[in-house]
Amino acid sequence: MATATATANLPRRRLSQGTRHTINGLLFASPWIFGLLVFWIYPTLASAYYSFTKYNGVRNPTFTGLANYIELFTKDEEFLAAVYNTVYFAVVSIPLAIIFAFGLAMMLNAKIRGQVVYRTIYFLPTLVPEVALALVWIFIFTPHNGLIAAPFRAFGSRGPCWLTCAEWARPTLVLLALWIIGQQIILYLAGLQDVPQDLYDAADVDGANFLSKFRNVTVPILTPVVFFHLITSVIGALNFFAIPYIMTGGTGFPANSTLFYSIYLYKNAFHYLEMGYASAMAWLLFMFTLVVTLIIFRSARLWVFYAGGED
Amino acid sequence: MVADSQPVSPQFARDHARRVMARRLRGLMRSVLIHASLIPAAFVFTLPFLWMLSTSLKPDVQFYAYPPVVIPSPFQWSNYPDAVKFITFFLYLRNTLTIAVLATIGVLISSSLVAYSLARIPWRGRNFLFILTVATLMLPFQVTMIPLFIVFKNLGWVNSWLPLIVPHWFGGALYIFLLRQFFMTIPMELSEAARIDGANELKIYYSIILPLSKPALATVAIFEFIARWRDYIGPLIYQSDQ
Repeated sequence: MATATATANLPRRRLSQGTRHTINGLLFASPWIFGLLVFWIYPTLASAYYSFTKYNGVRNPTFTGLANYIELFTKDEEFLAAVYNTVYFAVVSIPLAIIFAFGLAMMLNAKIRGQVVYRTIYFLPTLVPEVALALVWIFIFTPHNGLIAAPFRAFGSRGPCWLTCAEWARPTLVLLALWIIGQQIILYLAGLQDVPQDLYDAADVDGANFLSKFRNVTVPILTPVVFFHLITSVIGALNFFAIPYIMTGGTGFPANSTLFYSIYLYKNAFHYLEMGYASAMAWLLFMFTLVVTLIIFRSARLWVFYAGGED
Repeated sequence: MVADSQPVSPQFARDHARRVMARRLRGLMRSVLIHASLIPAAFVFTLPFLWMLSTSLKPDVQFYAYPPVVIPSPFQWSNYPDAVKFITFFLYLRNTLTIAVLATIGVLISSSLVAYSLARIPWRGRNFLFILTVATLMLPFQVTMIPLFIVFKNLGWVNSWLPLIVPHWFGGALYIFLLRQFFMTIPMELSEAARIDGANELKIYYSIILPLSKPALATVAIFEFIARWRDYIGPLIYQSDQ
């Protein structure tokens, strides 16, 4: 705010300007204030309420207290399977995605021939709608006569059963998800291009080899990118939906091994019309996401390095 | 390097040549290694595309043939016109395009207005609104999905395009955030000068801020269009029949 000046008519003018700013500010923000209330705040409160009720979306919800939450943790085996699958997917796929995206970005950052072609190829899958990806993968990963079986057949083996048996379905999905890391590669590439060259030069003068330059220069400078990738991919993994839903029709086949949290939530809400139950699941997901994100944020001061010198 | 007047000893020249050679060799080895790992990976990344292309030209019997048919014979070009006929392709294309374009236009107009308010108009409460905006980014959409579905059902909007378009006309949190950050980088003096010249806020927004923000607006348009184009769960929830 401006400091007060002595002129007599200025305060009045400034006050009216302040009011004008408030009116303008509210007017310009009004679409979002309305949107926030109708599409965010009301649904959030309503969902919190539904989570304590039995509600089929048609008849009025009946209050049941904590029954939904108790049933989820004590009786619902499908829920536990969905939690296990989702956590499995997150824990296995995220570190792999970080390693692959980082590694590919390192190689794509090297000054080599065909750099642009390589970069395009790795980014391409990111542009394809998940529906199309899922359909091609179904085609390729058909055991026995899909394309993926060909190299195994060449050695006279039948190969893994991929998406048709419980032991392989989860790792297969992890493998497939690795295929869409174009956006993450771009992030790491941008980060790599921000590494100051003089750090490498200084390391060269000190006689550092490739590995120690990687460990002591590249990795620390890129930890903020890893941090960002980690946060967004945790949220992404907890919401993993479209690909397994399309590939299995949402059945969780085989033996619930592809039943992910978001799929089970969707099924409860729109197949079984257990909207209260599904709302309870949504809130558990929200709380879990918050806790995990908070832990990662807290841990950041231990391993994330800001070259600009934060704290 | 040391002194130009001294003649370079043959020993030094030989060593120097050897060092240059070694460095070149190392560089060559390095790029060979990089290519050797990038090429197979690139193959894996393109394979599904090639396979999709090859399958799209195969006669039915070759889909699941073993050994896999790599190059279809004969090329069944008629698969394309058949697909267009079979799934009323142009209807679907028109639906998706209309929804994506309308949602993108809406999100651009509303988000830029709101971002303008948050970044360029000093009013009490804008920081609170900004914090709320960022907070919604943390909320999984599953939380709001069910009440929203019920609201749309009560409005009679389910199985229409409205749930896929209308919410976007009220702004998107991520885009408001992004545009706000961008608008903040434009010098305030520009707005103040315009205000002194008697321009109102709408005029400043339209004639100064928007033209200066084309890259950011283009980014938002691309993000939103791709998101709507790829959207799966939205139509899945709100369009339960054709």
